Amino acid sequence: MYLLHHLLEPNPAYRRLASFLAGRPRLNRLFTGAERMVKQELFGCRMCGQCALPATGYACPMTCPKQLRNGPCGGVGMDGSCEVYPDRRCVWLMAYERAEARGRAADLTLLQRPIDQRRWDTSSWISYWQGRDEDLATGDNGLAAAAPLSRPVRAGGE
Amino acid sequence: MMSQVRQAAAIAPAPAGTRGALQAALEGGAFTVTAEVGPPRSADTEAIRRKVAALRGFVTAVNLTDNQSAMARMANWAASLVAMAAGVPPIMQLTCRDRNRIMLQSELLAAGAMGIPNIVVMTGDHPRFGDHPDAKPVFDLDSIGLLWVARTLRDEGRLMSGRSLAVSPDWFLGAVENPFAPPLSFRAARLGKKIAAGAQFVQTQYVFDVEMFGRWLAQVRDLGLDDRCHIIAGVGPIMSLRALDHLQHRVPGVYIPHDVARRLLAVPAGQTADEGMKVCAEIIGELRRMPGVAGIHMIATGNEHRIPDILQLAGVAAGATRAH
Repeated sequence: MYLLHHLLEPNPAYRRLASFLAGRPRLNRLFTGAERMVKQELFGCRMCGQCALPATGYACPMTCPKQLRNGPCGGVGMDGSCEVYPDRRCVWLMAYERAEARGRAADLTLLQRPIDQRRWDTSSWISYWQGRDEDLATGDNGLAAAAPLSRPVRAGGE
Repeated sequence: MMSQVRQAAAIAPAPAGTRGALQAALEGGAFTVTAEVGPPRSADTEAIRRKVAALRGFVTAVNLTDNQSAMARMANWAASLVAMAAGVPPIMQLTCRDRNRIMLQSELLAAGAMGIPNIVVMTGDHPRFGDHPDAKPVFDLDSIGLLWVARTLRDEGRLMSGRSLAVSPDWFLGAVENPFAPPLSFRAARLGKKIAAGAQFVQTQYVFDVEMFGRWLAQVRDLGLDDRCHIIAGVGPIMSLRALDHLQHRVPGVYIPHDVARRLLAVPAGQTADEGMKVCAEIIGELRRMPGVAGIHMIATGNEHRIPDILQLAGVAAGATRAH
């Protein structure tokens, strides 16, 4: 999965594609639909439009009933079950186990900023290629120096 | 605003400059006791006054819960003001379950304006198991996001939008953590995230397994987090076999080891409450000897009036010192 992320890393061609799609509503919808199909199948993606998967061991935090972006809540059962749906395994437990198995547990200590609720059902790939996801999380665990909360909020539409 | 804060502090039993009593006690190295008081399912303040009065002189501050277990009750802030007027500094709990970021910031400002000296922030129980399972769960922010917002309001005087505040709120900011919920090896790091986001103190889930708590605390200390955040361990008595069953099966995130359950089941009926209080007092004694534990947070829902007895049984008097 980390390979997939490598494959999607922004490059000039992707950036051009992103701005091309951003200006064409119908194509954008098609592209977003394709992204939805791929990511729903692979990760149970909910299309929050601001993808945290690379920092969560590729377990989607938006499938958590509380949509927690910063780690598991305190209600995880001793057997690893979700507090809200006991027949499901806690998605953050999966995130932790997968990240740790790949030596990526430190990813989970990054502070994830609150999401922009306007971006539901938009393409996170386009946003990513356009550089809008760069400050979704802090660069480190924030313990050495206090990290600023603000991701500049764009008032009104995009 | 500052004058209102001072006014509030003047009501508290142990004012120390502009700092609240809780912050002063923790920073002064006292073994600090806090207790939980649930607001009533009622429009009457008498129940809060009664519970708080029973605790005055025995605890440094009381937590006023925020619709705990996702059940609708009197608001956290109103109950906090009642506790303050009754002479015990409140710790206002604030969850992410029922409010979006606008309302959360509004409540944080209101608490600052009214002189509520302490806030403790958490994600909150999901409504599914409360008394309104058909409610919309909000969770616009998570607990770490909310801590971050609170610290930014206070220390930078700015809202999430970036707009600045004419007067910033000034409260002591806390978080919660559950050392007993998987993934166990991530729980200390998760506290680190909360501290990075702004937590100055943390209150934990019920400790019934001191050894397991010790393993978490060792990780916390390895990360140097106990120097940056006061660790308050949650404790409480199991007063009946019904309560035991409830805690084991109905409250998410509570872990009761077999030997504790066995002790309660072994005593004759009618002595469960005494045994439960004894177990609780013993746990308090063990916690108090652990370096890194700054105090205890007593959760005795419906039995708040027994807290002074338990503290006495544990030998924790007001002004007790902590292990270093």
